[in-house]
Amino acid sequence: MKKLTRRDFVKKSAIAGGAIASPYFFSSSIALAAAELEVGVLFSLTGGLSIIEKSLSDATLMAIAEINAKGGVLGKQIKPILEDGASDAKTYNEKANKLVIQDRVPTVFGSYTSASRKAVLPVFEKRKNLYFYPTYYEGFECSKNVVYTGAVPNQQLSNYIPWIIKNLNKKKFFIVGSNYIYPREMAKVCKILVEQAGAEWVADEYLELGHSEWGAMVKKIKDSGCDAVLSNVVGDSVVAFYREFGNQGLKHDKLPICATVTSEIEIAAMGAQYASGSFTSFPYFQAIDTDANQSFVERYRKFVNDPKAVTHHALESSYFQVFLWAQAVEKAGEATPAAIREAVKGQEFDAPNGHVKIEPENLHVWLTPRIAQWDSMGQGVIIDEYPAPIIPLPYVAYGETASNLFCKEGGLDTSKL
Amino acid sequence: MFETIFIGLSVGSILLLVALGLTITYGTMGVINMAHGELVMVGAYTAVMVRIHFDLNIFYAIPAAFLMAALIGLIIERLVVRNLYGRLLDTLLATWGVGILVQQAVRLEFGLTFFDVHIEGLGVGLQRVDVPDILRETIQVGDIVIQPYRTFIIFLTVALVVLTWVLLYRTPFGTQVRAIMRNPDIAAACGIDVKRVNALTFAYGSGLAGVAGVMISGFKTVSPSMGTPMVVDGFMVVVVGGVGSLLGSVVSAGFLGQLNGIFATLSNDILARAIVFGAVILIIAWRPSGLFNFRGR
Repeated sequence: MKKLTRRDFVKKSAIAGGAIASPYFFSSSIALAAAELEVGVLFSLTGGLSIIEKSLSDATLMAIAEINAKGGVLGKQIKPILEDGASDAKTYNEKANKLVIQDRVPTVFGSYTSASRKAVLPVFEKRKNLYFYPTYYEGFECSKNVVYTGAVPNQQLSNYIPWIIKNLNKKKFFIVGSNYIYPREMAKVCKILVEQAGAEWVADEYLELGHSEWGAMVKKIKDSGCDAVLSNVVGDSVVAFYREFGNQGLKHDKLPICATVTSEIEIAAMGAQYASGSFTSFPYFQAIDTDANQSFVERYRKFVNDPKAVTHHALESSYFQVFLWAQAVEKAGEATPAAIREAVKGQEFDAPNGHVKIEPENLHVWLTPRIAQWDSMGQGVIIDEYPAPIIPLPYVAYGETASNLFCKEGGLDTSKL
Repeated sequence: MFETIFIGLSVGSILLLVALGLTITYGTMGVINMAHGELVMVGAYTAVMVRIHFDLNIFYAIPAAFLMAALIGLIIERLVVRNLYGRLLDTLLATWGVGILVQQAVRLEFGLTFFDVHIEGLGVGLQRVDVPDILRETIQVGDIVIQPYRTFIIFLTVALVVLTWVLLYRTPFGTQVRAIMRNPDIAAACGIDVKRVNALTFAYGSGLAGVAGVMISGFKTVSPSMGTPMVVDGFMVVVVGGVGSLLGSVVSAGFLGQLNGIFATLSNDILARAIVFGAVILIIAWRPSGLFNFRGR
C-alpha cells in the first residue's frame, strides 16, 4: 500500500474541503448577486471634516434605505459599501480605487470638499466609472464621469447680488473668503455681478482655512466704508468671523453679512444671536415650508436618532441624488456606469427643495436659488426665491450663459475660455 | 492706531493664556506636554457642559474648568509623566499619546457611544459656549470702541500672571518648585517632597490650560481637535521667551501679539503669521535659549 505522504494528505483534503465548501460558497454568492446591487458611499467619517460629511453619508444611507423599502432598483436591494475618506485627499483616492477596482461598484456617492473630489476624479475618469458629488462648488469642471448635484456659482449668486443691491440698497461690497479655490472663484463671479449691477467692491480679502483670529480683518471691514459684506468664508472660521463681527459692535441691520456658505450647521455652532439678521443664499434651507421638506426633516431626524439634527443644502443634495441615480438605473435597465450615465441625463425628481432636473449637457442640476435671512432661533426665513429652477452654469465666471454653454455633451469647449 | 495696538494686545494675551500653563510644565518641570492643547480643549468642554447641564455662564465655567483640567493633569502626572522626569523626548511621545486618548474620550463620549448612550455636549459634533451679554455689548468712549470680551481676557491674563508670579516667587511652595527646577536631587536631599510638589505644579499648569480653553471658546467652535494647533503657538511663546522664565513668556507673547496685530492690519493675517514665524526663527538663531534665560538644572 502506498504510504500517504503529508503533501498528498494536504492536497487531497484541500480538494475534498473545497468540494464540500464550494457549493455553499457559489450558491450564496449568486443569491447575493441576484438580490443586491452594490454602490459605494465615500465620505469622511473621521477627522476634521467628519462633522459635516457624516451627515452627508447618513442622508445617502437614508435615501438608499427608503428606495430599498419600496423594493429597490431593478428588483434588487441596494447595498451600500461604506468607506471612510478620513478628511484626507490621499485616503479618498485610495478608497475610490478600492471601490471601483476591487468592489467593482457601478457608482460611488461621495465627497464634500473640492480637494477630495479632485483627488478621486482621475480614478473615475480612467476607469470610466461614475461619481455623484452632492456639494455646492466653484464650477470650472466638466467631467463625463461626475454628476454634480450641488449648486454652482450662478445658482447661488445670480439672484443674490442684484437682490442685495436692489432690495437692501447696498452700493459698496467688501468681499471676504477663506484662502482656497472655492472662495476665490466665488469672488470672481461676485465681482462680475457687482459691476454688472452698477455697484462697486472695495476689497477682496482672504484668510487661511480654519483661521480663528478675526480681529484685524473685522477692523478692516469697519474702516473700509463698505455697506455690505459678501462672505465666502468656509468651515470653522465662519463661527469665529461672525462672533468677532458682533463683538466689534457691527450690526447686521446696518452692515449685513451676505454669505454663500453659512448654513444651519455653522449657525448652530456659533449661537443664533450672532447671525440673526444676516443673509445666506442656497437652493435649500431647513426652513422651507412645504410638506415634502417637513417630512424629509422628520424622517432624517428619526433616521439619525437625533431630534435636534439640522438639515442643510449639501445634505439634501446627498439625499435626492440617490433617487436620481435609482431612476436612471431603472431607465437603463442595467447597472453599468456607461448605461447609468446615459440614462441619468434629463432625470427629474421632486426633492425636498422642489423640482430638480439633471442638465443633459453638463450633468449638473437645475436648482431653485433662494435667499434667507437668519432669525434669532437659527432658522432661515426665506425672503426671496426664483419662481422656477435655473440652469447650472459651471463656467459662469468665464462668460458662460444659458445660450452659450461651455461644457457640453461632447466635452469642454476650451476655445471659449 | 489704538485699535491696532488693542488687537495686538488681545492676540498676545490669548497666546500668553495658552503659554502660561506650558511655562510651568515645560519651563519649570522639563516636561514637553503635548497634551496641553487637549487640556485647553477639556476646559472648553467644561464650559460647554456647565452651560448645557447647569445653565451657568463662563464666569462659573472658569473655576470649574480650572479644577477639571487640573484634575486631569494630576491623573496624567500620576500615571504617565511621573515615570518620565528627566527624559525630555519620552515625555513628548507619551503626552502626545495621552493627548490622542483624551481627544478620543471626548469624541466617543468615554466609550458610551458604543452602547448608544449619548451625553449631551460631548461627541464628534461642534459645540459652542455663549458669551454673556455683559461681555458682548461694545462700549463707545469717544472715537474708541471698547470690546468687553477681549478686554476681559487681557485682564484675566494679567491676573493669572500675577497669581502665578506670587505663587512661584512669594510662597514657600514656589520656593520648593524653584528649588526642584534648579536641582531635584539636592532639593530632595533638603527634605522637599519632590513627587508631591511636581504633581501639584503639573496640576496647576494644566488648570491654567483649562482656563485658556474657556476663554478661547468665546471666539471659536468647540470640537475635540480644537486644542492641537494651539500647542504649537504655546511652545513658540515659551521657547522665544526663554524656557523657565515667566517674564520671558510675558514679553515674548506681547511682542509676537503686537507683531501679528500690526502686520495683520497693514497687510493681512496670512502675511502676519509668516512674519511672526520669521521673527521666531531669527530670535532663536540669535539667542538659542530665548530672550530671558538662566541656567537650569
